[in-house]
Amino acid sequence: MKKLGFLFLILLCFQSIVFSQDATTLLNKVKAKINLVNDYTATGKMKTDITFIKAPIGKVTVYFKKPNKFKLKKENGISILPKGGVSINIGAIINVEDFDIIDSGEEIIDNTITRKIILLPKNETNDVALSTMYIDAEKLLVKKVVTTTKENGTYQILLSYGNYSQYGLPDKVVFGFNTKDYKMPKGITMEFDDEGKKEMREKMKNKKGKVEIMYNTYIINKGINDAIFN
Amino acid sequence: MNEIIKVTNLTKQFKQITAVNNLSFNVNSGDVYGFLGQNGAGKSTTIRMLLTLIQPTNGSIEIFGLPLQNNRNEILKNIGAVIEKPDVYKYLSAYDNLKLFARLNGTRPTHHQLMQQLEIVGLANRAKDKVATFSQGMKQRVGIAIALIHQPQLIILDEPTNGLDPQGIADIRNLIIKLSKEHGKTILISSHLLSEIEQIATRILIIDKGKKIIEDTATALFNPSQTIVEIETTNNEFALQQLQKSKWLTSIQQHTTNTITFKLDKSQIPTLNSNLVEMQIQLISIKPRHSLEDYFLRVTTAN
Amino acid sequence: MFTLIQIELYKIFNRPRTYIAFIAIAALTIIVQLGLKVDGKEYADFVMADLKNTFSIDGKIINGYFVCYVLLQLLLVHVPLLIALIAADMISGEANIGTLRLLLTKPISRVQFIIAKFIATCIYTVALLIWLAILGLLLSIFIFGTGDLLLLKNNYVVQLQQNDIFWRYTGAFLFAAIAMITVAAVGFFLSLFAENSIGPIVATMSIIIVCTILSTMSLPLFNLIKPYLFTTHLVTWKEFFDIKINNQNETIAGSIQNPAKIINSLTVLIAHIIILISITIFIFKKKDILS
Repeated sequence: MKKLGFLFLILLCFQSIVFSQDATTLLNKVKAKINLVNDYTATGKMKTDITFIKAPIGKVTVYFKKPNKFKLKKENGISILPKGGVSINIGAIINVEDFDIIDSGEEIIDNTITRKIILLPKNETNDVALSTMYIDAEKLLVKKVVTTTKENGTYQILLSYGNYSQYGLPDKVVFGFNTKDYKMPKGITMEFDDEGKKEMREKMKNKKGKVEIMYNTYIINKGINDAIFN
Repeated sequence: MNEIIKVTNLTKQFKQITAVNNLSFNVNSGDVYGFLGQNGAGKSTTIRMLLTLIQPTNGSIEIFGLPLQNNRNEILKNIGAVIEKPDVYKYLSAYDNLKLFARLNGTRPTHHQLMQQLEIVGLANRAKDKVATFSQGMKQRVGIAIALIHQPQLIILDEPTNGLDPQGIADIRNLIIKLSKEHGKTILISSHLLSEIEQIATRILIIDKGKKIIEDTATALFNPSQTIVEIETTNNEFALQQLQKSKWLTSIQQHTTNTITFKLDKSQIPTLNSNLVEMQIQLISIKPRHSLEDYFLRVTTAN
Repeated sequence: MFTLIQIELYKIFNRPRTYIAFIAIAALTIIVQLGLKVDGKEYADFVMADLKNTFSIDGKIINGYFVCYVLLQLLLVHVPLLIALIAADMISGEANIGTLRLLLTKPISRVQFIIAKFIATCIYTVALLIWLAILGLLLSIFIFGTGDLLLLKNNYVVQLQQNDIFWRYTGAFLFAAIAMITVAAVGFFLSLFAENSIGPIVATMSIIIVCTILSTMSLPLFNLIKPYLFTTHLVTWKEFFDIKINNQNETIAGSIQNPAKIINSLTVLIAHIIILISITIFIFKKKDILS
């Protein structure tokens, strides 16, 4: 009996090692797929969805260059983005060397079974405290990332794929984050009238916000001048 | 005779003060109508009621045969007025002021007509100067030009010679006579210068404390050819003794400690003067006093 | 009537005092534009400091539309004084210089006289606002270019796309014209009771100051009368710069959040104008001119 128990324990450890190796392998495969893209220029529309900000949808152009150059440019307008930026550089997040990889089982995201993988930074100085990725193992696509940072709180990235899934490039990215309360003194706004309807005021106390980018086209691996990222 | 202005039982009450009290008078066509009264008698209030600046408390006014209340615009088109100190727009020139007020009368005089009008009042050479640079007399003349530019039938002048020098006063007098005699205008003029009224008025109204004292032709009120002469002597007692023996006794009107007043024809003044010398009456002064002034002071004091 | 209005405008625009307002607006506008040209970034950082704690804001915040909004916020508080300078002088000024008695002996009805004067005052007011629009909006666009307009309200932020802004300014200036005409009506009305324009000018400004205090303080007693005060509605031009959002929290271009508020304010302001001018005409018709 004791022998059986010991065998069982060894099998369990072996399984976790095997699974851990599977998670790492999976991440490496995803990264390898993403790394096929050296650079891209993507055009699309961006919507800032924060309850106390009334903003229009605007056209954006997104530039990316390996390993981690990322720039979001709004055409002719003002862009309001969460501090820390909206850098959807999945390749940079997948970093097996600097993180401990823990397989956390499976979860259904957007009607797809995904592998849930937790990344814990090895180095305490890393701004990222914890990152959780949800990966479609079959198609090697990252469906969701939830990252907690020390400086800028927790944010969540939801990715949907379509025409460019073979490159691991999403059609739609939703970047979710937490916000603080917004209130401006009347002396600055110079608005002294009623505060507005109560329902509206209550609605604006919702402290969650999101930025959605819907991509139309990608121009992939055609080369990008570094000056664009300055 | 055609009545141009007919005022009947006109009254104006300002709170506790009755400024005009049951006043009735007529101004006939062609009259130079002298409107006299002391300060505060109610002359300006009456004139302002004629010009619809003030609403009467009671009474009626007809001008050109029409009730003033219902025919205001039609009547005012034919009236030119100078009310007290005529104020115009100081930041505009005389020419521009005249043009502006002419347009308000509904007329559009030509440049020539405007300059002609300024010529009549002696301002043609200052036509383009800002009124702010004018003397009071010159401003008065601008006011008169404004009153006449639209060729009105009735001219109402409230103290038109204020601020004018003797030449200016004479010019206005001659202008009034010309307007009356040559152009058949009817003129209502109020003035403190009794000597001026005496020279030009055909009919006179004297009011005091808002009431009519008398209204009549100038001839009926006083003989313009007669005058009052007042002498001051070194020894009035001696002078009176001498005069009582002379033909001048009947001409003496009154005497005081220092003065003796005569009423006589103007033509007799030189003779009086030489007779006084013959009688060895030593004169300090010999002053003519207008008969109208005399009459005016008598009636208003009595009232 | 047209002749009367022409004459009144001729008098207004031939008077040196009239140009004080135009010069003042030009000076104030240029000073603010200069300041924002030099220190615009610092100003934007200061105003957006709270927002920038959580967000990074990219893009041309200091553009012509933003500068014009700042100018309107500052100047539309002070333009009423410049309006009062002329409006409160319209009748009392004539009495003061002695021309009133001469004007009213002309064959013009007193009603026509007052209406013509008021229309001329309105034209002056509109001219002043056109001047403000040229300097405040067009010149700002020329200096700073165009871009989105980012506005910080008390409880939320509004971002208007640059192609959705110009018509709003048109509406705002038109509204401001009605608002300033209301101020003119107050001054014009008070001008009736004096033979010196200083009194009505000071009275007009005092009324505006007192009513503004009543309009801005949140006390239950004041809240009862606020809806009826014209000062409460003077600033409703800002409603042109608020936008509706759909269920997805997207702004609906070409929309106004609260158009009913604009219409309500316009109604109150126009009512003030009609009432004040009607009372002016009624009193003036019977007034004894003693000046």
